[in-house]
Amino acid sequence: MFDGNGAPRIGVYVCHCGTNIAAVVDVYAVAAAAAKIPGVVVAREYKYLCSDPGQELIQNDIREFKLNRLVVASCSPHLHEATFRAAALAAGLNPFLVQMTNIREHDSWVHADRRRATEKAVDLVRAAVWRVRRHRPLEKGRIPVHPEVLVVGGGIAGIHAALSLANAGRHVYLVEREPIIGGHMAQFDKTFPTLDCAACILTPKMSAVKSHPNITLWTYSEVTGVEGYVGNYSVQVTRYPRYVREELCSGCLECIEACVYREAKFADRFNYGLGKRKPIYLPFPQAVPQMPVVDPETCIQFKSRKCKKTCLEACGERRAIDFTQREQVERIQVGAIIIATGFRTVDPRRMPYYGYGVYPNVYTALEVERLVNASGPTGGKVILRDGRKPATVGIVHCVGSRDEKTNRWCSRVCCMYSLKLAHLIKEHTGAEIFNFYIDIRTPGKGFEEFYQRLLNEGVHFIRGRVAEVTDWALDPTEEGRLVIRVEDTLLGTVRRIPVDMVVLATGLEPREDAQEVRRRFNITCSTEGFFLERHPKLAPVSTFTDGIFLAGCCQGPKDIPDTVAQAGAAAMEALALIDAGFVEQEPNTAWVMEELCSSCKICVALCPYNAISVPAETGKATINRALCKGCGTCVAACPSGSIVQNLFEDDQIFEEIEGVLAYA
Amino acid sequence: MPDNGFEPKIVAFFCNWCTYLAADLAGTSRLKHAPNTRVIRVMCSGRVDPQFVLDAFAHGADGVLIGGCHPGDCHYQEGNYKALRRFHLLRRYLADMGIEPERVRLEWISASEGDKVRAVVDDMVAKLRELGPFRQPAADEPREKVEVTS
Repeated sequence: MFDGNGAPRIGVYVCHCGTNIAAVVDVYAVAAAAAKIPGVVVAREYKYLCSDPGQELIQNDIREFKLNRLVVASCSPHLHEATFRAAALAAGLNPFLVQMTNIREHDSWVHADRRRATEKAVDLVRAAVWRVRRHRPLEKGRIPVHPEVLVVGGGIAGIHAALSLANAGRHVYLVEREPIIGGHMAQFDKTFPTLDCAACILTPKMSAVKSHPNITLWTYSEVTGVEGYVGNYSVQVTRYPRYVREELCSGCLECIEACVYREAKFADRFNYGLGKRKPIYLPFPQAVPQMPVVDPETCIQFKSRKCKKTCLEACGERRAIDFTQREQVERIQVGAIIIATGFRTVDPRRMPYYGYGVYPNVYTALEVERLVNASGPTGGKVILRDGRKPATVGIVHCVGSRDEKTNRWCSRVCCMYSLKLAHLIKEHTGAEIFNFYIDIRTPGKGFEEFYQRLLNEGVHFIRGRVAEVTDWALDPTEEGRLVIRVEDTLLGTVRRIPVDMVVLATGLEPREDAQEVRRRFNITCSTEGFFLERHPKLAPVSTFTDGIFLAGCCQGPKDIPDTVAQAGAAAMEALALIDAGFVEQEPNTAWVMEELCSSCKICVALCPYNAISVPAETGKATINRALCKGCGTCVAACPSGSIVQNLFEDDQIFEEIEGVLAYA
Repeated sequence: MPDNGFEPKIVAFFCNWCTYLAADLAGTSRLKHAPNTRVIRVMCSGRVDPQFVLDAFAHGADGVLIGGCHPGDCHYQEGNYKALRRFHLLRRYLADMGIEPERVRLEWISASEGDKVRAVVDDMVAKLRELGPFRQPAADEPREKVEVTS
């Protein structure tokens, strides 16, 4: 009955987890009940089993009692299965003879009734003991790893991750959807709290990406297909035509000068429509790659085929402009993928009471970033749409953050960027500035000091969520201005503050296609739609899909220092993976007992990975272990019961079912 | 929920990537719910063999809950569809055996839906309390025709 390692000698370990488990579950009773189960040689409870002394306790027992199986009743196996398996291995026990059962997340944390929670724990432990008696020693497989890495998204997160890996001598594909890299950071003027200029710290990194021999940079490109598994991802990248051939363009930009449109007249997306561009354009002067893009929506050649094509003339011998360029599909093999697809800011039109899109002098913070930026549409002048300089400015915090009506989370960066914009606007215009806030959140190095600085600079702070922005004047001082209506919760009165300009500190939220991206890479989203990390503390850049890592705001709102730190961590994880040269494959794959196979081939069609074949010579199903991912669907479907899934064998699961029910 | 003192026993098969994680999230979020389930982890809802369900009833379960990823979100691409297919077949089969099909439930619960774990478990406990304990029909017992709606 007991395959492998002789008759069962089981050690059962019940964790208190401090008081996390012990406060609700009677761990002593659970250990006492476990001790009575046939096959159990020793059953103990301990304060923290995952700690060093906890693991040593288990390891000493393995040696002293010649244990050949372990049951650990503690937290979720997602947290510590690897820990206890490693502990067993270090004491000479095959790691797959360990079974964990979850009496914390699934028991003590969700139940209040001590008696019933303890009963449940006893049932779970009994089931684990019954199950582990059926375990067999297993070995992990090894699969070679492709040494290249794909980084998706060319914002500061993707740039930093790509450069870290490239500097370590690894080849990186950096794929960016926009025609240029830099992401949101490229739009900023200064960065908080040091006020160093975003361009000065970002542009050298952008050009390093472009010139690095280990980086293949594909802008205006998107990942459109991902297949394979950790170490062996096969990725399809679609490269959109920019109608300028990268290999021929020298970046002289003479074509833009020569365009038949003398004046730039089309809304410029990089500047949120505050500036104008021509049909052939460079999004901003320091853009990387330094290469124009043709917008077929506005280019006369695309619209009427009757343009004089002065751009072509200007390009001359270089012949870089190519109106016949088509979408191109590239296929690459990579070992690891870092996803750094960033965020979008909340569309303030969702909160019509703030008047965005209704009153021209209501701006988003990103628009104001462009206005204060020296290379922005106004050359760094903070002026209203009618050219006037604002004398009074209101900055509304928490627009689309900490709000039951839109997004409940704190976007983390808005307080600080609002303070920064307050400082910059004051510096540029001398305007009187009002901040409307719920709480000022400045938890970061130098952040609180920056807030104090702003208070000393005479910026006003009014505590209260803004109710509305209106142009309905009640007295002559409000005539022709915008009025911010707010309850000042410190004074306990409703106030009306007339201003010339309103800045909405819009929050950060997942990109509109985050769900699509999630499916493409087979990763998970949290409730709010940001990509979910494997563990918030212990695996913050990993995902539940091995070999795919996260960096930056696609995982949740964060500032530039945190983003860069996370990108470095993701690069490190990817490097550790590819440098090992191989990945270990969990042994929970399926295999066929040939003598029972009836050759019905039902399993063949069920396998999503084409891992099952029926060779003509034997006529029996056979499973390619390297392709099998261990879902077990074929096992459940096999009518003759000839397929076995390691670690999830029928017998093991039947024991577990009967074990949890045995209390009846 | 009728408090008739009956505490149904529910065996739950949760997939490793979505519903098991959702149950973990219910834990980390301290979402208190009825302690009647016993979760058995499978890698994919597609691993749930109909025999597991029958075995659970044969050994005293009053209900069986299967939890998998939402359609289109399966970690193994389409195992949850396979589970769905078997589930419909199984419910008809249970009905033929004289077992109320409501005793088996299939739910799509993603890793972020800790609250759904709580809601589903509490709801299932309430419904099973109304239904009463599972009683295995005797071989010669005349059976009422059970209508399967879905």
